[in-house]
Amino acid sequence: MNDSEKRARQSRRRFLIGLLKGASAAGIAGLGIGLYAGPARSLPATAIRPPGVNDEDEFLAACIRCGLCVRGCPYDTLKLAEVGEEVPLGTPWFEARKIPCEMCEDIPCVKACPTGALDPGLTDIDEADMGLAVLIDQENCIAFQGLRCEVCYNVCPVHGKAITLELKPNKRTGKHAFFIPTVHSDHCTGCGKCEHACVVETATIKVLPRHLAMGEMGNYYRLGWEEKQKAGGSLVTPDLEHRYTLPEGQRYDYEGQGLIREQQGDDATPFGNSALDTLNRGFK
Amino acid sequence: MAVAAKKKATPPSELGREALRVKGFWKTCKWLILRRFSQITILALFLIGPWFGIWIVKGNLASSLTLDVLPLTDPFVLLQTLAAGYLPEMTAVIGALIVLAFYMLIGGRAYCSWVCPINIVTDAAQWLRTQLNIKSELKLSRANRYWFLAAVLGVSAALGIIAWEFVNPVSMVQRALIFGMGMAWAIILMIFLLDAFISRRAWCGHLCPVGAFYSLLGKTSLIRVNAVALDRCDRCMECFAVCPEQKVITPVLKKNGRPTSIIKDINCTNCGRCIDICSTEVFRFDLRFNDRVGHPADSDPAEPVKQSHQREVLP
Repeated sequence: MNDSEKRARQSRRRFLIGLLKGASAAGIAGLGIGLYAGPARSLPATAIRPPGVNDEDEFLAACIRCGLCVRGCPYDTLKLAEVGEEVPLGTPWFEARKIPCEMCEDIPCVKACPTGALDPGLTDIDEADMGLAVLIDQENCIAFQGLRCEVCYNVCPVHGKAITLELKPNKRTGKHAFFIPTVHSDHCTGCGKCEHACVVETATIKVLPRHLAMGEMGNYYRLGWEEKQKAGGSLVTPDLEHRYTLPEGQRYDYEGQGLIREQQGDDATPFGNSALDTLNRGFK
Repeated sequence: MAVAAKKKATPPSELGREALRVKGFWKTCKWLILRRFSQITILALFLIGPWFGIWIVKGNLASSLTLDVLPLTDPFVLLQTLAAGYLPEMTAVIGALIVLAFYMLIGGRAYCSWVCPINIVTDAAQWLRTQLNIKSELKLSRANRYWFLAAVLGVSAALGIIAWEFVNPVSMVQRALIFGMGMAWAIILMIFLLDAFISRRAWCGHLCPVGAFYSLLGKTSLIRVNAVALDRCDRCMECFAVCPEQKVITPVLKKNGRPTSIIKDINCTNCGRCIDICSTEVFRFDLRFNDRVGHPADSDPAEPVKQSHQREVLP
């Protein structure tokens, strides 16, 4: 091996070692950032994104953490996640219990976003989907104690649609009704005004990310009554109408009323007043 | 022309003394003062909105809106969103193109020395390092930052996130001042300690991928430092001592057969500290075409060489 060959070998070796060193630096940095950023991008359930975030994963690719949405928000609702907070660093979020989204009609936060991380396709704030309100604690919601509260129902900006009051009999008193706030997922925008306004110490209605708030029935369940209506008639051979063998003067309403006693007069029971009469019926 | 040859390099404690004597305060600190002015003004423009309600600039260095018309976006952040597989809206793209064009003209890493708030922190660390005469034990490769740049883009693509923004101290610090501090002071402290005591110019000169990105932008930059009057150089090496990217300065100081008089190295931050510190006024900001090498005199014909630059013998 002559000198020039040796030198060439040495320089080749230096080049490869340099490459290895650099690649190692890149590897350490890349794996470090990757391992850190992997879990760091998860969003706590109490953190709500501004309107126009359709998908958290897409949002983290698109949001450049400039805070122009925060500047656009007239109610100081939005803030950027600070160092040490659980929300992905520098991204906009809000806490409903502190300051909820006021659902501005012109949606200034979305308009301010330079990258489209907040979807500019969102032009009707009622279509926003920041999360879903869930009446999460029935034990501490005073409506479930029979008290008239209805605050969440009244502050809801999608009034009468996103939250309705369902009346249920109060069996304890026997004469009052429960006014149960009920959230409807197809109208709720997740603005958090209900959570903010909830009168008890810790809110019993809370906005959660939709994937936590909702279950999924699965497509193997079909609602027979809806399928029937869609098809315009029964999809299978109709069942034979079931008949109970009932005493005289009674019939059964299959449409929902249940057992009906056809009474003639005050004491017209199907059994008569005396057990003997009943036993002797038919012999007379 | 005979120039008194300097016998040895100026010791760290005497850096700038000669320039102060010969040129006076303003000419010795001009670019440093202008640079600090620029850094602080830019930060202040972002801060007077949230602090005093005077909204000239909204947002931060990642993306901003000036006077409600001019969008500016950091092209490096935008590059990461592209790597993450997201196609941003036009506002951000236009903003990034404006910034891109600007730095391609005035020098990519001018961002580092004239805009970036971390520069004040690392310069302060370097000042302390010089005062305490701390020697580098840990030597890092200056190539690391380019590898980090590749790693950041790789992670962005692999995980579909803007990877560097999870750890970027530059935007972290700026955001902390504008939008709320949180624990960001810890990041500032970490970088200060790293630069002051662990390794010389570690962050800006060796690790930061943002700087690496802007270096690449400056490949064609119009404005560069020109060692226009090398014949006046007395080898005091003060320019080399203060330079944050020392390697960039050596090629233009070769007395015999330097390839160019322009500091064309992409890592030069156009900070102008060499211009300030040089008592014989070898350097000046110039256009990249005004190469002195090959020029008949290879010196600055405009200014006669001063005789007062002869060094005082210090007691």
